[in-house]
Amino acid sequence: MTEIVVIARLVPDLVEELEIAPSGTALDLSWLRVIINEFDNHAIEQAIILKERSGATVTIISPEAEGVEDMLFTTAAKGADRLIKLTGIGEEKPTNLSLAQTLATMIKEMNPDLVLNGVQAHDDITGDLAPQLAQLLDMPYVGYISGVSLDGGKAKAYKEYPGGILAEMEINLPAVLGIQSSEEPPRYVAISKVRQMMNSTSIEEIQSSELETESGVVIKRMYLPEAAERAEMLEGDEKEVATKITSILQDLGLL
Amino acid sequence: MTQDIFLLIEHIQGQVSDISYIMTAAARKLAQKEGGSVIGILLGSGAEHLKDTLAVDKVIYCDHPALAEFTSDAYERTLVSLLTEYSPRAVLFGNTTLGADVSSSLSTNMEFPIVSSCIEVTESGSLISQICGGKIMVESQLADKTTLITVNPGGYKPEAGQSDSTPETIKFSPPDLENLKVKLSQYIEPDIGDVDISQEKVLVGIGRGIQREDNIELAEKLAELLGGEVCASRPVIDQGWLPTSRLVGKSGKTVKPNLYISLGISGATEHTEGVIDSKTIIAINSDPDAPIFDIAQYGIEVDLFDLIDPLLEQIESVKNESSG
Repeated sequence: MTEIVVIARLVPDLVEELEIAPSGTALDLSWLRVIINEFDNHAIEQAIILKERSGATVTIISPEAEGVEDMLFTTAAKGADRLIKLTGIGEEKPTNLSLAQTLATMIKEMNPDLVLNGVQAHDDITGDLAPQLAQLLDMPYVGYISGVSLDGGKAKAYKEYPGGILAEMEINLPAVLGIQSSEEPPRYVAISKVRQMMNSTSIEEIQSSELETESGVVIKRMYLPEAAERAEMLEGDEKEVATKITSILQDLGLL
Repeated sequence: MTQDIFLLIEHIQGQVSDISYIMTAAARKLAQKEGGSVIGILLGSGAEHLKDTLAVDKVIYCDHPALAEFTSDAYERTLVSLLTEYSPRAVLFGNTTLGADVSSSLSTNMEFPIVSSCIEVTESGSLISQICGGKIMVESQLADKTTLITVNPGGYKPEAGQSDSTPETIKFSPPDLENLKVKLSQYIEPDIGDVDISQEKVLVGIGRGIQREDNIELAEKLAELLGGEVCASRPVIDQGWLPTSRLVGKSGKTVKPNLYISLGISGATEHTEGVIDSKTIIAINSDPDAPIFDIAQYGIEVDLFDLIDPLLEQIESVKNESSG
């Protein structure tokens, strides 16, 4: 049976206001709402698609965070077989390298054919997780993938190149792929099905090894962007604003 | 370790990508501070001439059939060998679909620290990165060993890294590139589709804020009234609501219309790098902190569904007046 491991992380919800921790060099995670990294969500979907197409066991590994259980049960409702929560994550975000080291130790024992992860996470400052993990697992890595099929000892995957160009890649398995988008949009599952999973499935907990929060690169400060030259904001009720926009369009010679 | 600043020149199908020039500009700033030269790494097959337009001091060129097009395995093997020999102060990579495939993995392989998403190098040699979709800035410094940096577009114009004088070439012998684990089987040319958005004068861009496929009609109506077309940021494309030929930004198209109206696009750098050269940008978004307002000339903080109908009516009535 094909073994697929997916790493799924929760990241700050960018709809919320972000704050800097008192240290001045990290995000304040204490009140931050987190949601699944969208690329990871696509990685999960791609794994489930592969399972449905030709059979596979899908394991989801997620570092602990507020709401991670719900997220894991949701993946079970979609079809994931094994759920693992990585515990021992501290207050401060660990470096991707140290996270990759812990994950690599766990994943080696699982002997997977394929490891999927979202291609990037928007809050990463010390490189991307998936290629670092690939290096530690001594597996090839290809990122910006939208669509994967497995055939014998190889994966056929579509990689995005700059300028909207797609390339068909052939990658020896086992491999790590950085998913940009799944072949089909991530599916919706009903809350009732997720609740069912909470009663019928369990989440394994694995303690991570000591995680580093510093990488050698000195973070001097994190800050909110100084309002650059911001747009001229058009104020008023909808009708007034519509009139203002229309007059701009006229000035541009478009009407 | 030398004080030289290296950068990996990106090219695809015989064209040097803009990010290579942008990195050259950033590398020049860093080299000024560190006191070294700016050296481009060019990997390819019969591609030495690609160096001619770059404002670098020297180019290290490695030629091999397996390097003709970018693949992570061949590039990484070559870069490990090259960086071991040259030991530069820093190496710049595009935070692109190419650069990101090798930079993080090299950092782990060679135990070089890495900084992501840098947009600017300050006078004092600090690196300014932009994360969380442009909502958080990070100031960092090179580590005390070779540091890898991924560079986002936005901080420098490509012209700042271009030059007419041809840089000197140093040849580098490729390492063993047999039994590669990653192969590029074929390029699949983009389906141009019905329109080429990079040529349009008026574009209405839609993002996550459009919420449902049915709502795209509203954007299409607006585009039609203005004689333009609809394009989108990635979430809309990933939902399958519009074809990839309409994608703007990283791994999509770069557009330069006279007018770009963005509807419900937050303005993450992945998108804005493709629209920044539009002449006029009007941004409509309900989040007052949306970074799209930093690049737009006009902004409206409103739920787009409250505004769109009055706007369509207004435009229609103005058009009717002028034609009647």
